[in-house]
Amino acid sequence: MTNTLHRFGDAESFYDDYVVFAIPSRGKNDKGSVPKLKQFLELALPFNPVNLGDAIHGGALRPSRNMKPTSHWKRDMTPDFRAVIDGIDAPTTVAAVFDKRVAAEDFVKTVKQADLGLCINVSTSIDGAEQCCHAAGIPRHSVGYSLGFEGKTEKLPNTQVLMLTTMCGHGMISSSLAKKMIDWVKEGRRTPDQAVTYMARFCSCGVYNPSRAKRILEDARSKMK
Amino acid sequence: MRINPDKCVACGNCTYVCPMGAIYIDPVIKRATVDRNECVECYACFNGLSQEHLNPTMVRTMRKVFQFFRLRFDPEPDVCPTAAFDPEELEWPRVVRRAFSDPRVPHESTGVQGRGTEEVKTNDVSGRVQLGEVGFTIEFGRPGVGVWFHEIQKMTWALAKAGVAFEKKNPITSLMTDVPTGTLREDIMDEKILSAIVEIKVPVARTEEIIQLVREVEKQIDTVVALGVGTRCDADGEDRLVAPILERLGYNLERAKTNIGLGKISNPVEEVRKQETVLR
Repeated sequence: MTNTLHRFGDAESFYDDYVVFAIPSRGKNDKGSVPKLKQFLELALPFNPVNLGDAIHGGALRPSRNMKPTSHWKRDMTPDFRAVIDGIDAPTTVAAVFDKRVAAEDFVKTVKQADLGLCINVSTSIDGAEQCCHAAGIPRHSVGYSLGFEGKTEKLPNTQVLMLTTMCGHGMISSSLAKKMIDWVKEGRRTPDQAVTYMARFCSCGVYNPSRAKRILEDARSKMK
Repeated sequence: MRINPDKCVACGNCTYVCPMGAIYIDPVIKRATVDRNECVECYACFNGLSQEHLNPTMVRTMRKVFQFFRLRFDPEPDVCPTAAFDPEELEWPRVVRRAFSDPRVPHESTGVQGRGTEEVKTNDVSGRVQLGEVGFTIEFGRPGVGVWFHEIQKMTWALAKAGVAFEKKNPITSLMTDVPTGTLREDIMDEKILSAIVEIKVPVARTEEIIQLVREVEKQIDTVVALGVGTRCDADGEDRLVAPILERLGYNLERAKTNIGLGKISNPVEEVRKQETVLR
């Protein structure tokens, strides 16, 4: 999956977006990787991630299969990091999302010391990733650049909608929902925090960044780009 | 995906959450309906909406009463109040829609959830892209546009004609009936999917040629294309080869995925050999 590579925005807009993920390679280091994947996410907790997730079960905010009518008035918007960690039961990609560069840097340092043997990637601005590597004293091994969107770009929605939807790289957050959430925030029908949690529940691997989404919604409240 | 008309109360929540905009309220039956031609079986509606199990008759009555008095009905936007979605048993070739659109379904060809592959994310143990090489990920349909396989084939044909090597561990490659020509299975041509990634590898010297070729073919394809370029950094972690080429071609390099090289081969030796044999 290039699920975090093509997040829309210029380099500056990623100042609060750092996705650090661990992936075992099939046939190379996937045997016995489940405890290591869990440990990777455990190591992230002290650095206050804004989301955790795995590619099979989803992120720290998940939809309910059996919602009670009364829950409309008291929906739980708290991310459940423990459920993510406990739920990992097979080799998969796991991710920790941070909204502060220092936290991402410190986490990368910790992961290096833990020597898990998993393939670790940092997805953010190019400078941001270089700084994480520099702080940990690690030279970059490989880099995958996003060259952005081409072709029939007239089919794409506006900038802020695109910034919101592309944070779920699997495309599970529709542009209609993102636009609706911007409208609801503008109308005062929902707070940015509430709107973010609705969208985050659709992200199937937990790389959605609620902190950045909230900022985008707050910007969009006053000005559509 | 189907919506059970006996359960649906036409609240309209699902019409907003479909990434393809394939769900609408049918004005005749007054129920949410899936446009099967446009639906890519991504299951975003079924997996993403929370479900209540309210009595449909009661909900419809309440909605009519609210509507009569012009009261704004303000439900939670991410809930199906009557759990009306009925996932169906998909058969070939329609099942390929789900394989490329529902990220929770792993591809048999890759073992990776979603429609992608490991790319340079595992390059530290796979050695997929070596120094002096460039790995391209050419993704179609994302974000939120979708793509038909007959559109993808225009690109695979052009790339094959240019003599590039398709990545073996890639879902699109696994659907080729003739890899040297980039020809995909005939029976999937009219299937629409959320997105797909074609992966190729070329020497660095061909970077500009491939980008120009992709740009040319993009004009004939009715969707968006997201280009990714992966390369191996040198010993001090720098990329002195590819980034300058991309910048010269006018790309502002804003975002990247960086493999920090902490991976280690840990599987038993015989299993690693077996995997390498499969790929040969």
